Formats: sequence, structure tokens, C-alpha cells
Amino acid sequence: MSWMVWTLPTAIFFATIAAMLAGMTAWEVVSPSVERKGFLPIATTRGDRLFIGLLSAAYLHLVVVGFTPLSIWLALGVSVLWMLVLMRWG
Amino acid sequence: MNDKVRNNKAWWLILPMLLLVAFSAIIPLMTVVNYSVQDVFDAQTRYFTGTEWFVQMLNDPALQSALGRQFVFSLTILAIEVPLGIGIALLMPKKGWQASAVLILVTLPLLIPWNVVGSIWQIFTRGDIGLMGWSLRELGYSYNITRSPLDAWITIIIMDVWHWTPLIALLCYSGLRAIPEAYYQAARIDRASRWAIFRYIQLPKLTNVLVIGILLRFMHSFMIYAEPFVLTGGGPGSSTTFLSQALAIMATAQFDVGPSAAFSLIYFLIILLVSWVFYTAIMNMQKDKKERGA
Repeated sequence: MSWMVWTLPTAIFFATIAAMLAGMTAWEVVSPSVERKGFLPIATTRGDRLFIGLLSAAYLHLVVVGFTPLSIWLALGVSVLWMLVLMRWG
Repeated sequence: MNDKVRNNKAWWLILPMLLLVAFSAIIPLMTVVNYSVQDVFDAQTRYFTGTEWFVQMLNDPALQSALGRQFVFSLTILAIEVPLGIGIALLMPKKGWQASAVLILVTLPLLIPWNVVGSIWQIFTRGDIGLMGWSLRELGYSYNITRSPLDAWITIIIMDVWHWTPLIALLCYSGLRAIPEAYYQAARIDRASRWAIFRYIQLPKLTNVLVIGILLRFMHSFMIYAEPFVLTGGGPGSSTTFLSQALAIMATAQFDVGPSAAFSLIYFLIILLVSWVFYTAIMNMQKDKKERGA
């Protein structure tokens, strides 16, 4: 595994993603997702909303890190909030 | 859909494929993510740099202009190839030996490997021995793709149009063949004009193949590498250096794996976003159609 040059932050990142996927799978088995229309312009399932949330979080982090002096933790906080809003009302 | 018994056991059948993808794509991608936050000399000698590479890559003027050029290039070839491909498909003969002959002729450019296409055009455009380069020069235009950025751009665009318009034409041709004759008969009874037939029968029936064609051409042109690399080498200066070439120079020639990894991830995110938008658009278009049909 040493050739993969792991670091703690990236390990935590991938562990979180893996946990999310596992959690979504378990959730789906317990109560299957129903496609619905929220504030997003398209009808989405839970998995769609997770994907949209993760992708927009990635772009938010890039913008904050690359073009503003703000802390990356702010981007993370906003992303978590945005993810919750998206999963509930998106 | 809903009255069917749902059985998710079939998902196990994709396990071998998942393992293969994990081995060939997911684990390498994770490694790229690891590289992107470090300055790596070897597995033992490495330093955590956090977001430094990302800051550097996002603010790199060379990469920003390569990205800009990339979008200009992709949108230009789409704006030319899509209408041209539809036009060729409309003109292609529908039956008999002519249809087969034209199909083969149209398909030919698609069979040529990218670097060979680059070489063909590299020779074709040379001022001393290339037919096109020589002819243009004889006609009085001082054509030179190694000196004039405009010449280089126009040549690369013509090359891409030559190489890939057949794909759009073939997709549209198959789409046109799938329209039942009854539609045309109805149009003739209504004395519909040629334009009306195109606008209200052929174009709507082509929507699906066109979306696939545009998606393929966008993705593919966005990752273009071998053809401009062989034809112009990214020059004159950096006027035709597209994204993948800028990345390759950094990753293999200068061996800056950290910054290249960060840049690869940004590139990946752009492609992911565009693919997702296209995919969602296709899916919603089909859904709308079904709802209207029902």
C-alpha cells in the first residue's frame, strides 16, 4: 500500500465517501428511495441528490481554495449544510 | 414498473466488473488524490502540502488559457460538425449500391488512428511537399502553421471536422433510416415543404442520436491530444496547446506529479460535470417524451 502514498486527510476523505455509500445502500434497503421533485429543476432520487451535493461541494472547495483567502474549513462547513438542505428539500 | 417483484440479487453479477474497475480506475484515482496533496519524491520522502498545488494550478495563467482554448475549440468543432453532419446524412443515398459505397467513403476517416491523422495533415500542410500547403502558397497566401497561430487553428479545426464529422453523419443517417415512410407520405399529402419536413419530422426524430453524438464529440474533443500534438506540437508558442497536452508536459516531461495530480482532478471534475449535465438532459428529454406520449 505504500505506493499509494496515503495521508491522513485523504484517508479520512475516502473513508467518509465509503461510509456515505455504505450508509446510502443500507438506507435504500431499509426504505427504497422514491423519485421526487424538490427545489431542484429536475426530479431526483436520494442517490442523485448525494451526487449533486458531492459535485457541487467539490466545486465550492475549488473556488474557495483557489480564488478566495477564506479557510477550506468554511467551504467544508457550507458544503455539509448544503448537503443536508439538498438531501431534505432538493 | 411497480407491480414487478424487486430482486436485487442480480447486483452480485456486476462484482467481477466492479473489481476490475477498482483495479484499473478507482485505486489509481485514489492514488492521484493522494499525490495531489503532497510533494512526493519517493514513497519514503514526501511532504504534505495540503491545498498548495490546487491553489497553484487554479491560478496558473498557462493552464487557464489552455482551458479557455479547449472550450473555444470544442464549441467551434461542435458548431461546425453537427450541422454539417446532419447535412451530409440528408444528402446520402438511401438504397442500392450507391448507399453502401457512400457509407464506406464517409466512414473512412473514422478508421484512421489519431496520430496518423496528425501525420497525414502535417505532411498535407507542409509548404514544400504538402499538397495543400504548396497549393495555398502557389495561390499567393503565405500559409504556415508553424508561424501563424490563425493558420494553425484553422488547420486543426479543419482536421477535426474531416476526422469526426462522419461520426455525426453516420449517427444521423441511422436516425433518418429509422423514420417510418408513413410520416413522409403524410407530409406529402399535406404538401409540406422540404424545410417543414426537416423541421417537424426529421429533426425531432434525430434528437436522441444528436444528443449522443454531441456528448461523444464534446467529451472526445475536450480530451484531444494526439492530433494537435503531431500536427503543431501545441505551437506556434502555446497557441494550440490544449488541456491534455499542457497536463502531459507537466506530468511526464517535468515530472511534477503533485501539481499534475491536482490539475488532473480539476480536469476530471470539469468532465464529470459536463457529462452529468448532458446525461441528465438526455434522460429528462426522454422522460418528457414518454409523459407526453402517455
